Amino acid sequence: MNFLPVILWSDALIWLLVASALLLGWLSSRNPPLRAAWRRVGRHRPGMAAATVLLAFVLIGLLDSLHYRPALENKGEGKTAYAIEVLSLLDLVATPLRTRNEKTYSEPLATRAYAKEAIEVREADGSVRQTRDYPRLKHGGAHLGADEAGRAADVGRRLLQAGGAALLAWGTLAALAAGLLAHAEGTTQAAAWRRIWRGESDFAWNAVLGALAALFLVAFPLLALCGDYHVLGTDKVGQDVFYQVLKSVRTALVIGLVTTLVMLPLSIFLGILAGYFRGWVDDAIQYLYTTLNSIPGVLLIAAAVLMMQVVIDTHPQWFATAAERADLRLLALCFILGMTSWTGLCRLLRGEALKLRELEYIQAAQAFGVSDLRIISRHILPNLMHIVIIALVMDFSSLVLAEAVLSYVGIGVDPTMISFGTMINNARMELAREPMVWWSLAAAFAFMLALVLAANLLADAVRDAFDPRMAGAA
Amino acid sequence: MSGADAMPGELLLSVRDLRMGFVSGRRVLSAVDGIGFELRAGETLALLGESGCGKSATALALLRLLPAAGRILGGAVEFAGRDLLQLPESAMRAVRGGGMAMIFQEPATSLNPVLTVGRQIGEVLERHAGLAGAPARARALELLAAVGIADPQRRLDEYPFQLSGGMKQRVMIAVALAGDPRLLVADEPTTALDVTIQAQILDLLRRLQAERGMGLLLITHDLGVVAQMATRVGVMYAGELVEEAPRAAFFGAPRHPYTQKLFAALPDLARRGSHLETIPGQVPSLAAMPAGCRFAARCPHAWARCRDESPRWNELAPGHRMRCHLAEEPERAAPPVARAEAPAAVSAPVAAPLLKVDALRVHFPIRRGILQRTVGHVKAVDGVSLELARGRTLALVGESGCGKTTVGKAILQLIAPTAGRAQLDGVELTGLSRGALRPLRRRMQMVFQDPFASLNPRMSVGEIIGEGMGALGVTPDVAGGQEGEGGPGGALGALLRQVGLDPAAAERYPHEFSGGQRQRIAIARALAVQPELIVCDEPTSALDVSVQAQILNLLKALQDDLGLAYLFITHNFAVVEYLAHEVAVMYLGRIVERGSVADVLRAPKHPYTQALLSAVPSPRLDAQPAFIRLPGETPSPANPPAGCHFHPRCPRASAVCRERYPERSELSATHTVHCHLYPPGK
Repeated sequence: MNFLPVILWSDALIWLLVASALLLGWLSSRNPPLRAAWRRVGRHRPGMAAATVLLAFVLIGLLDSLHYRPALENKGEGKTAYAIEVLSLLDLVATPLRTRNEKTYSEPLATRAYAKEAIEVREADGSVRQTRDYPRLKHGGAHLGADEAGRAADVGRRLLQAGGAALLAWGTLAALAAGLLAHAEGTTQAAAWRRIWRGESDFAWNAVLGALAALFLVAFPLLALCGDYHVLGTDKVGQDVFYQVLKSVRTALVIGLVTTLVMLPLSIFLGILAGYFRGWVDDAIQYLYTTLNSIPGVLLIAAAVLMMQVVIDTHPQWFATAAERADLRLLALCFILGMTSWTGLCRLLRGEALKLRELEYIQAAQAFGVSDLRIISRHILPNLMHIVIIALVMDFSSLVLAEAVLSYVGIGVDPTMISFGTMINNARMELAREPMVWWSLAAAFAFMLALVLAANLLADAVRDAFDPRMAGAA
Repeated sequence: MSGADAMPGELLLSVRDLRMGFVSGRRVLSAVDGIGFELRAGETLALLGESGCGKSATALALLRLLPAAGRILGGAVEFAGRDLLQLPESAMRAVRGGGMAMIFQEPATSLNPVLTVGRQIGEVLERHAGLAGAPARARALELLAAVGIADPQRRLDEYPFQLSGGMKQRVMIAVALAGDPRLLVADEPTTALDVTIQAQILDLLRRLQAERGMGLLLITHDLGVVAQMATRVGVMYAGELVEEAPRAAFFGAPRHPYTQKLFAALPDLARRGSHLETIPGQVPSLAAMPAGCRFAARCPHAWARCRDESPRWNELAPGHRMRCHLAEEPERAAPPVARAEAPAAVSAPVAAPLLKVDALRVHFPIRRGILQRTVGHVKAVDGVSLELARGRTLALVGESGCGKTTVGKAILQLIAPTAGRAQLDGVELTGLSRGALRPLRRRMQMVFQDPFASLNPRMSVGEIIGEGMGALGVTPDVAGGQEGEGGPGGALGALLRQVGLDPAAAERYPHEFSGGQRQRIAIARALAVQPELIVCDEPTSALDVSVQAQILNLLKALQDDLGLAYLFITHNFAVVEYLAHEVAVMYLGRIVERGSVADVLRAPKHPYTQALLSAVPSPRLDAQPAFIRLPGETPSPANPPAGCHFHPRCPRASAVCRERYPERSELSATHTVHCHLYPPGK
């Protein structure tokens, strides 16, 4: 075997989340009210377009969550040795991006570096002459050879090709969707096609296909160019920015999802307990969260992160690789963020449980002598789920943003871990530089905006679909 | 009340072929379809109909106050010579409030809670009369005095939360009157109020109308209110006006089958023991309006023509018209099917009481301050004693806030009583642990008021009904289960059939059912554990008249078959007359009068009972007793008046009433009353 699979803690949690999402999907498909609510999400056009974009991000994140250690080439016999570098499937796919490092900054699609350097040029007569010029990049546009002037033509040709390929791929997919719809509804392909574009289909196919078209038109050219150019430029140490952006997606997803995993049990359990039992239980839980809420969040997080840092630094023997260490710190950050952000949802759920317990169907259950635990699990929890789902999706985007802020302040993820926050933190100095280096920040900004905007739009759709009042109006 | 029968004034409002609908997705669902009527000054037109018939939508369309999804599809609304539907929005603002004003159903939500009463009246005065400052205040004072608010000077600077429900509705009327409108649109103005307050408000509306010669468009579902208020009546069904008649003709000889059915569905003493007429089915939904006559599916006379052809207006008499093919082919109106069997003389075997409640008290502590110290008690129930035998119905009657629901819940131990005892078949219920109570729970159950809140929307009907059986470990050997089916599925099916539902309903979810069907499900849930006593907490107050009749029939049939005892909590005397054997009248946490239905309803002794009965609007033209006007409103149970609780409002109070609470006086073997007018031992 020429690789050793590595399962980082965050990988395990991510795949656990995927499994539970699948389970949730299966459960909702068996529960008619939930199924109806998800159908409403499916009809929501902006929501489904956002979901398509989000799915692309999730795929990148999942690809980046299968880790392994490659085997080192063995000179002699005996045990195989593995590299101490932990790679993911995404790293494997993006090997050219990962390995082709320049010396330092270069602009997007540049063939030469961003700053002048002293270069030694050997003249025809053998003498060495020193000139000051922009040095040629080692990898960016290397295939052009001496023909640097042909760059524009080359880029243009690739763009055209990629655009064509994108349209072709999209057309195939669209035809496939129409075929699927035609098959499901027993109509002709043309009729299904018309229904899609008039927005008459039950599922917002036109939005999904529209989002896919936009996605393909961005992704295909990027992919076509990234092999031989640095599409989004390189950073201070010459690393490809496009690669960094791709790697940041997983960090953002982990922060957004794993934190909710920490937060949900706490807020659901305590919120229902406080609302249903009232009395001293309610008092105790309320005091707990009001106290926690009155400590500035950043302070609490900073203290916890620094403590965690000390623990990690004093126990180097725990970690076989640097990736494991960074991963633990990421999880610790998720945990701490979760511990500080459960109060909002808890308060919401407490209020709702207070309201629900006075409802007549709960009293009817009490009149049957149904036990409290059963009332909570059968009557209260299912009627709170819409709030939980809404909070989950809405919190995601705020957590992704929180990570960026915390990393910027220096109490976020491990410095070796690539995230939107660390990218922005690094870009801080670059903006003050003359001439300004803008692409690092712009790339991080654009990708993070796309991710958070998609999450927010999906949250809107989910809220509309699950809110009982809105559902009644629809 | 018939002052408005005088000479008709000038034509105020003329509605022609008004159509409006709601946008749903890409379709427009028509909610009001071709309505036309006229209204003259000084006249009251009542729009009558069940919920979902488009009454409120019509009123909103007149004022062009439609919700976001509402669209006016056509027609003309001519008000004082102008077509309102053609006016620009800016001109419409002068009409709203100035020409035509509206009173809404729920006084609690139609006033802005953060503005004083004076500000809210002042707003209208400023817009329509151009008054501000001192003159506006003087005018607001006049208005408050006109709507009968005591101490208007003080009330002007108060906020809505400081006012009681009846006063809020009076303020709402004052706001409506501020623009000096010529037409008042009242959308169920008294539905949210108690009967005594309702009588006050109706009285006020009548007086104001006579004084100002206003036109009044009254929207209601209550035939009693119509009988008292209307000069003409229009009956709406499924977005259409189906019959229009002057009041006398309407109550004397209703002609449309729907109107006839509405009258027949009303419960009262005369129909005791017999089956109430019901209208099968329900109002068709907006999305599935039938072609032809919209009532055809529920009409006993319908024939093929009704299903194909929508009936035209037929003039029956001057001012009396209806949309029904029967007007053209009257021979089709077959004589009504023979009425249900004669009332079975229910002999009353006076057995040992099943339920015995003795001096039950429920006090809720009022906590204040940081330390949450108890500073007082709300005496929701303050010494209630009851007895109820198997197979009998005891009606507990009273206005909202008198503690009748609390009595029901305290008997079921859903609220822990503060003191007193409740015994079920000789077994003490109070003070038992949850475990010890569990075997008793299956013998007593509850049916709740609001069928939309009493069923968990996330559970299927089968799960809802099965929950009690599971929790109490009831073997599904269902009473009346002559099906002989084994297993819980069979039992479930038998239960659903027993309450008149299809056994296939078990797989479905509550939102798929109408209000009446949901109440049947709630009754099936209670029946599932084979109880002997069912506490019914206003089970029909959220339902339309025709559906109410179905539920009352069901309850009666179940009592006859299973020998159930009902503790029936209600404020509706018609239901009491129809269903109950005994009545207990509650006021401020205490029972003031108790006796058989004949005792209490025919010969009420307590002044409160007398006033309450006189305030109930009768859906007939005759037989409306003189209304005994009760001043003020029910005091707070946190601070009940000293002496007899009723003395501040009692027209016959004397000195002794202020000093001590009256003892129980036995007027006959079955009739007792707490009042100093009837000294005990006499």
